[in-house]
Amino acid sequence: MKAKVIKKDDIAGFLDSLLKEYEVFAPVKRDRLVVFDRIHSGKEAFLNYTTSITSPKEILLPQSETLFTYSSTDSAADVEVPSGEERPRLIFGIHPCDVKSLIFLDRIFNEEEYKDAYYLGRRHAMVVVSMGCIKPRATCFCTSVGGGPFSTEGSDLLLIDIGDEYIVQVISDKGEKLLGKAHLEDAGEDRLSLMKRVTQDAEASMAPKLNIDGLKEKLDKMFDDPIWDLLAEKCISCGVCTYLCPTCYCFDIVDETRNSGGERLRLWDSCQFPLFTLQASGENPRPTTKERYRQRIMHKFSYLIDNCGQIGCVGCGRCVTECPVNLDIRQVLTAISNR
Amino acid sequence: MPDLSAKIREVVQKMLREQEVELVIGFEQGSMPLHSTPCFIRNEEDAQRLVWNSFCDNNLAKYLVKRPEKVAIVAKGCDTRAIVELIKEKQVPRDQVVIIGIPCQGMVDRRRIEAELELNEILEYEEQDNKLTLKGDGFTKTVNRDEYLYPCCQACPHKNPTTYDILIGDMVAEQAPDQYPDIAEFEAKPPEERWQYISGEVNKCIRCYACRNACPLCYCKECFVDKTHPQWIGKTTDTNDTFIFHLMRAFHLAGRCVECGACERACPMEVDIRKLNRKLAADVKELFGYEAGTSLDQIAPLATFRPDDPEEFMLGV
Repeated sequence: MKAKVIKKDDIAGFLDSLLKEYEVFAPVKRDRLVVFDRIHSGKEAFLNYTTSITSPKEILLPQSETLFTYSSTDSAADVEVPSGEERPRLIFGIHPCDVKSLIFLDRIFNEEEYKDAYYLGRRHAMVVVSMGCIKPRATCFCTSVGGGPFSTEGSDLLLIDIGDEYIVQVISDKGEKLLGKAHLEDAGEDRLSLMKRVTQDAEASMAPKLNIDGLKEKLDKMFDDPIWDLLAEKCISCGVCTYLCPTCYCFDIVDETRNSGGERLRLWDSCQFPLFTLQASGENPRPTTKERYRQRIMHKFSYLIDNCGQIGCVGCGRCVTECPVNLDIRQVLTAISNR
Repeated sequence: MPDLSAKIREVVQKMLREQEVELVIGFEQGSMPLHSTPCFIRNEEDAQRLVWNSFCDNNLAKYLVKRPEKVAIVAKGCDTRAIVELIKEKQVPRDQVVIIGIPCQGMVDRRRIEAELELNEILEYEEQDNKLTLKGDGFTKTVNRDEYLYPCCQACPHKNPTTYDILIGDMVAEQAPDQYPDIAEFEAKPPEERWQYISGEVNKCIRCYACRNACPLCYCKECFVDKTHPQWIGKTTDTNDTFIFHLMRAFHLAGRCVECGACERACPMEVDIRKLNRKLAADVKELFGYEAGTSLDQIAPLATFRPDDPEEFMLGV
């Protein structure tokens, strides 16, 4: 694998050059929080972060988007679909777990039978410049769910922080092309051995792997297990875990009509909300927190394997750190595995 | 802050042994440093899990509504205020709850510790008296817990339980009544500035409803935002839609909000939710001399009417 090097001080300039060609999304600081947002200057990027509070899924799947607008008169109706993205998009400084979530979303919105034009419009030709995690948090568990702090899966370039410089690993042709005009120096032996030390230290600092072998087989026999009453007891049924989760993709379709026109919207939805499964008859098949929490775990670790051959968790730890009642999915998965 | 864990366990064990209650709601050690987490204890052995420390910040009254069994609850000042309101609003029968009151010395704002100290990740902590010792990769730092209390705890005039059946720990000195200086300061600003601030805060909201769901007084079986026939408010994150959610929620909590700060702590986006709630609490106090949750006897001002009620705020008066 080719490896180049770039000085940290040169990153803003590199981003500025990318901005000429791409719509660039990067981690930025908003007050005390780090979120992913579109940047207009290389200086806006804030790369010294561990995990952003919201996930980059909103770049591909905005929380609220107009599918089309409509208007009508007595004799005619008009439907207008918003125009797609004009320029290719580039995500910069995204961690490998979040990159894995993009690959996950591809399996949902870009599969054989169903291709989501809105999603593909944003995902098409997207370039991914990821950044390895030299300081995984104690709540990170990517290695338990098939990822790793320096995983290159899904990236075009991977940056690794070695102090004043980043090693730039060239993963794909797209990545190679991106570096075309940057004329970066080759990393060289010394820097590569430093990188090896940095990555080994980071991998060694990861919390022990969760023991979740055979989880799906367990779950498939546990739908009626009384353990769900206990596991979900403290859950307050808010949407923090689902909305911050990089792989939760469920949405709602709503029409907002004013007078003779309006718009059809696609909005994030959460299986933790009672409204999610409320039927027009008034019946709700998931009436309490227990059924809703069970659904979240079942969907991620069983149903998705049946439907898409993959689990719906990349181990980013956002639901762990941000749950208002500290309902820790790692403990829940362990409790199920020990059942 | 005194470690009352052992005393709490002892009391709870006795209660469960004597079958005084079926369930005890308290706190146990969380899965991360600087976290405690709600726990549900049904037998004597499990009572060993109970803890009391600077991170017992959830308002446990949230878990009392519509429970079938008789419950004991570990309750600091603000939890008891919420319980009082829930009893008055007929959500919790008084004889179905045993309140284990704990005088509170304020809970510690872990996000502020993490942000202000700019330490690497805190991996371990110890609490002794008023000192918190924080440890992580390459650092050990000791701070005074009292300097890092949540804003609502700093302003709290009701640290002691306002009602209880059993008291654990010594009553603490209460500070002067809250004069809402932050609200007065905010109200003195020009309207444009206030609008800019509030809409900026509201724009951070991701509509996860953690504020509502963490709130002990938000117990509506169906929240107005979840009404679909007809739909009452837009569901996007457009400023107007989100604003209506926060405004309506604040109004619905007027005279009921116990200022526990659970909404703000639950918010992942750090929205200043308390600004609206405190404005209404300040108004209710000024107009009706009422502070939510401080007395079981006093009728909530918005649940009653007197001909001489102040009504300058009514349109057209």
